[in-house]
Amino acid sequence: MSTLTNITLKVWRQDGPDEQGRFETHQIPEIPAEASFLEMLDFLNERLVAENKEAIVFDHDCREGICGTCSLMIDGRAHGPQHGTATCQLHMRTFASGDEIVIEPWRAAAFPIIKDLMTDRAPLDRIIEAGGFITAATGGAPDANLIPIPKPVADASMDAAACIGCGACVAACPNGAANLFTGAKIAHLNLLPQGQAERFQRSEAMVETMDEYFGSCTNHGECEAACPKEISIDVIAVMNADYLKSKLKNRKSLSRT
Amino acid sequence: MSQTLRRGPVTGTAVKKPPAKNKPFLLDLYATAVGKKYVMAITGLIGIGFVIAHMIGNLKVYLGVVNEGGERVYDADVYGEFLRELLVPILPRTYALWGLRLLLIAALILHLHAAYTLTLLNRKARPVKYQSPRDYEVANFASRSMRWTGIIVLAFLAWHLADLTWGWVNPDFVRGAVYRNLDASLSRIPVAALYVVANVLLGIHLFHGTWSMLQSLGVNSPRFNQWRKAAAAGVATLIVVGNVSFPVAVLAGVIEFDGDAITCCVEGEHK
Ligand code: SF4
Ligand code: FES
Repeated sequence: MSTLTNITLKVWRQDGPDEQGRFETHQIPEIPAEASFLEMLDFLNERLVAENKEAIVFDHDCREGICGTCSLMIDGRAHGPQHGTATCQLHMRTFASGDEIVIEPWRAAAFPIIKDLMTDRAPLDRIIEAGGFITAATGGAPDANLIPIPKPVADASMDAAACIGCGACVAACPNGAANLFTGAKIAHLNLLPQGQAERFQRSEAMVETMDEYFGSCTNHGECEAACPKEISIDVIAVMNADYLKSKLKNRKSLSRT
Repeated sequence: MSQTLRRGPVTGTAVKKPPAKNKPFLLDLYATAVGKKYVMAITGLIGIGFVIAHMIGNLKVYLGVVNEGGERVYDADVYGEFLRELLVPILPRTYALWGLRLLLIAALILHLHAAYTLTLLNRKARPVKYQSPRDYEVANFASRSMRWTGIIVLAFLAWHLADLTWGWVNPDFVRGAVYRNLDASLSRIPVAALYVVANVLLGIHLFHGTWSMLQSLGVNSPRFNQWRKAAAAGVATLIVVGNVSFPVAVLAGVIEFDGDAITCCVEGEHK
């Protein structure tokens, strides 16, 4: 079992949403290379608590890259230097002995800091809520493949559906935009036949809710690079196209009522 | 060890109010960031169209002197006159040209307004910056410098109009004598250098702009997505190579106004 030694951590500490924050330096004399990044923080926290100091607050839940709760800006990259993984899937073997690692919370107006590294990402839920429901037949279990969907379409939809709502796209975006998240949610349903009934209502409502909280996309592509699910910015193009269509179609359907 | 965290009542701050409904369609669309990006993209497309047409039109200077109605004139001057007479006699002289100019001016104003308001929105979306250096992975120089390349190209545009349209900063300006004015202006080495630098910046702006435009307009198909960046690089290269060739050709003597032999053709007003 290899071990890393002499890691210096610069961690953002902030006592509350409106408090002044600061970087705090901690030494990790040694840590197994197999430890995950969050386990490394756990070790540190145990030590802090034993020393009667306050533990560092950070978000985490599943620790297997599926819940989207973990969120750290590590060395200037959302979810750290590794591609296609969330912070919880990052391991100390990615780093080297003697490294200095800087940890910051996500920063966006929409994501206020609750404490230390923990942020409130509720505006992402507001976007989901705005999306509403889909109409689906209930009753007995439907036969498999009752609704034919071409394989490439199902794949594209599944790729978008992989979004875990972590907000790394917002954190990585130089503009604090949530277009990748919203695009993923819109593409996921809009590509499928089951999503067609509410497609245009959903697109308009979600884009306009996003607009209330987040910045605007300038097509840098940083979100795609940071996304733990490697969601392509093509979903943003899908969203843009469907937003314009929804503006036109919703007007038309409104004028019918 | 266990510590309990008391979670205060915090929620994300809305960056702006929800757009009021029942506005005219275009205003309603323009109220959202995605709508503004459509405006950026469409006005940008008008700009790209103009810049390409302008560059191709300018290539006329390489044709030198032609025989037009028994008179030996510069082809570029003939082309300039052609633009003023566009759609004559359906429209009076210069009307079509002014129509195009108004379209460009409107597009420029909208492009600037959308860029300005979106920039403000983006600043508000991250009021507290990252306190440690960011490690950008794919945001390139072109995408990161759109504001600056845009502003510099705008300033250059003002100079360019003062130089070759109004003649205020041109040492030897004759209205309508395109070839002669071009030679007079670009024979000054600092001015030629300015044109080269400004066009390279324009190319950088257009590289990100063209790709970004396709994305903002939702032009997205697995069939040609891989060509979007290449198309953007193509447009940018075309413009830079074409436009930079003019100051280079003037300094190299390929474009040289010969005052004695050839007359300028505008409105019978000869040199
Ligand atoms: S699109 Fe990717 S980065 Fe953004 S919230 Fe979803 S999983 Fe996270
Ligand atoms: S803790 Fe669930 S994705 Fe990282």
